[in-house]
Amino acid sequence: MTNEEVLKKFQERFATVETTAGEPYGMLTLEVDSAYIHDAIAWFRDTMNFNFLTDLCGIHYPDKGKALGVIYHMHNLQDNFRIRLKTFVPVENPHVPTVTDLFSSANWMERETYDFFGIIFDSHPNLKRILNVDYLDYYPMRKEYPLEDPTREDKVDSYFGR
Amino acid sequence: MNENYTVIHPEDIDKQYTTLNLGPTHPATHGIFQNVLTMDGEKVIDSEQTIGYIHRAFEKIAEHRPYYQITPLTDRLNYCSSPINNIGYQLTVEKLLGIKTNKRIDYMRVIIMELARIADHLVCNSVIGVDTGALTGFVYIFQEREFIYEIYEEMCGARLTTNIGRIGGFERDFSPKVIEKIREFIKRFEKALIEFENLLLRNRIFMDRTIKVGPISAERAISYGFTGPNLRAAGVDYDVRVFSPYCSYEDFDFIIPVGTHGDTYDRFCVRQTEMWESLKIIKAALENLPEGKHLVDDPYVVLPEKEKVYSKMEALIYHFKIVMGEIDAPKGEVYHSVEGGNGELGFYLVSEGERSPFRLHFRRPCFIYYQAYPEMIRGGMLSDAIITMSSMNVIAGELDC
Repeated sequence: MTNEEVLKKFQERFATVETTAGEPYGMLTLEVDSAYIHDAIAWFRDTMNFNFLTDLCGIHYPDKGKALGVIYHMHNLQDNFRIRLKTFVPVENPHVPTVTDLFSSANWMERETYDFFGIIFDSHPNLKRILNVDYLDYYPMRKEYPLEDPTREDKVDSYFGR
Repeated sequence: MNENYTVIHPEDIDKQYTTLNLGPTHPATHGIFQNVLTMDGEKVIDSEQTIGYIHRAFEKIAEHRPYYQITPLTDRLNYCSSPINNIGYQLTVEKLLGIKTNKRIDYMRVIIMELARIADHLVCNSVIGVDTGALTGFVYIFQEREFIYEIYEEMCGARLTTNIGRIGGFERDFSPKVIEKIREFIKRFEKALIEFENLLLRNRIFMDRTIKVGPISAERAISYGFTGPNLRAAGVDYDVRVFSPYCSYEDFDFIIPVGTHGDTYDRFCVRQTEMWESLKIIKAALENLPEGKHLVDDPYVVLPEKEKVYSKMEALIYHFKIVMGEIDAPKGEVYHSVEGGNGELGFYLVSEGERSPFRLHFRRPCFIYYQAYPEMIRGGMLSDAIITMSSMNVIAGELDC
């Protein structure tokens, strides 16, 4: 199994879908429209034997039109082959279909991505915050939020004798 | 049939379930996370997990730190085996920067990482013993863990949160004292591990308590994203050290132990065998330790020697640039994984060519496989739920990141 073979098969199957392919550091990376990402992942799992979802995480490019992204790392354990899939959605309408029906492991990873980036995974069984407190009213990993809350007062100089 | 006669089916009886909080600060959870159990007497009907008690926003902090300042953050992921996290992160950055390390650095890293793996598995296995009522093994074997910490201390000055190594190698070479200590460790650990095995491995009480407790099938384990000893206990021989070798692991001869049922006893046995294999790797690496330098020769990422910084212009400039985090990182994205104590520890690093990563995501094995816990304990006893948790080796630091 090589990157070219996988890409060729993918393009045959998803001929009408607009995809961008690349190979950063040797790993085949495909960018798929969010409407087809579920189909693509299901196809990779069932037809191409990528039966292991290694990782799922979010990313935020504030300068892009479709600013929020979900990145999937999949692994074919039989042929020991890894691929990376990406999909991007706009901040105003951040809806991505869930893959919890394909991989049980996606459950918490999607909750984490929702928690930090506010990406809504449609028909996820239990989409709520996981690491942050429930009443948090923003998505802290988005780039517009600074590392520390500028209004906090427990770190002002007077406490440290400065 | 008499019309007034009513048949009572057992399932029609209105049952009273008890809600029980296991955690957040319960000694049996070995970390701060909560399980709200729905109990029918002693039987676990369902469980709801709450995590995030020690979430420290490492991914956000990492976006604001130069590359070399992120290594200490990784210490605090799985703090039972910090050197694996440190070196895993450094390997990721080296992959991004395109740095090739020499064999000596690789072998040194292998030795340190395998020592860390032994320390990690020691904690987990001895704690399974504690949770089944055998404190003795734990107390004895912790002396060996202590000895591993002394080796770290000799190597880098720290014990738990080690911050060992640098991007491009190690901050210092193995001193004769380190080599002597590792040799002593190999000698004494063999004896101690045999003693520990004799206490538990074929112990009737221990076997009765652990066999067929908290099992998971290989299919479910793969679907749940299990990696490491927990996946291997279910019978899948996936090990990152063999599947995508890093640090010259292909030079070493070791076996991947697998279990059959994926139960607590299998997880114990897999970890036990892995310790023997790690010891074998350490021996081989130490015997064949190649000559060479402990750091790569790349002035852009490796700090120059202190005397040169004080006397030479060029060294001073490089020193300043590195300390200020001005290394020329290329644009790109890279995923690199190492076999951590609990499984595939992955780092997904996106660089936009700036002084800190644009995005750094940690694939923490604990976080991914801990979601299978309710499924594994459903229908079992409470005491079984406790040892299932300790055999999964859920480390709160890695869970929450």
